[in-house]
Amino acid sequence: MPILTAGTPAPNFSLSSTPDQRVSLSDFRGKPVVLAFYPADWSPVCGDQMALYNEMLAEFRHQKAQLLGISVDGVWCHAAFAADRKLHFPLLADFEPKGAVARQYGAYRESDGVSERALFVIDAEGIVRWSFLSPIGVNPGADGIFDALDALTAKGTP
Amino acid sequence: MSLRRPVSEQDHVAGSAEAPLTLVEYGDYQCPHCAAADPVVRAVQKALGRDLRFVFRNFPLTEMHPAAEPAAEFAEGAAVQGKFWEAHDAIFAWSRRHGPPSLGPEAFATIAKSLQLDAAQLEADIESHRYLERIRDDFNGGVRSGVNGTPSFFINGTRFDGGADELGEALRALL
Repeated sequence: MPILTAGTPAPNFSLSSTPDQRVSLSDFRGKPVVLAFYPADWSPVCGDQMALYNEMLAEFRHQKAQLLGISVDGVWCHAAFAADRKLHFPLLADFEPKGAVARQYGAYRESDGVSERALFVIDAEGIVRWSFLSPIGVNPGADGIFDALDALTAKGTP
Repeated sequence: MSLRRPVSEQDHVAGSAEAPLTLVEYGDYQCPHCAAADPVVRAVQKALGRDLRFVFRNFPLTEMHPAAEPAAEFAEGAAVQGKFWEAHDAIFAWSRRHGPPSLGPEAFATIAKSLQLDAAQLEADIESHRYLERIRDDFNGGVRSGVNGTPSFFINGTRFDGGADELGEALRALL
């Protein structure tokens, strides 16, 4: 299944962000959500994708958008990773059943058992407005995300 | 991927606006790869002479590199004292010699002294985040141009995806 494209209603989900907290997509109805699927915590690159997004939280806030990272890693792994990299946004554990949410978004990589590096910008009504599948080894940056958020703002749906 | 923000008066520019080649770097002063790339860029500048204009923009990954932002503030303060490139080179040289984690107030004080900069003023600049907005502006412009890590290079406005050691060849090919 290819990744969900613009115009598709974003499937709701409820995943753990910490050992005792769950996050649902529907919690953020009324504001744009940036969903960033990535293959795994502990990527060895300097300036990796999550670290980059972490530096842009003020910009996401300015756009009134919520950033969520998702991988198949478990909550304890996410907790250690977030603490080590000083990440200040939720990392969701698509852990049990493994990759179930990634599959719904067409962002599961069957051969490796991890999520793809896939980005979704979901509008305030829960509709996918932009999506992008990056080659798994390539950090897609954030220019596409911000262009999509700008387009939402321009349409008057903050 | 292309550079969304053209080179402007706000930039730190080495070389002439008439040069046929413009190299823009987005860099982080505490990033080991940027420190390693700096002498390579210097060598390329020397080899290409008047044919190259070099521009450095700030892209500090502040959570990963806690001294990256103060270092950028130090360099911006030095720019106002007329010694941006001297400070820029000295910070990267320090990083190569003593390791990026050793960047901090002591390193800045030593560099300020060796470059005969007003150290107290620089300390105040860092403390008050006087140049932070400009640094964040560089960062955000980089994000919009697709910068995804450091160092990121743009040659005549187009993203260069090779390694720093391939810069010279890529630039010469355009002459």
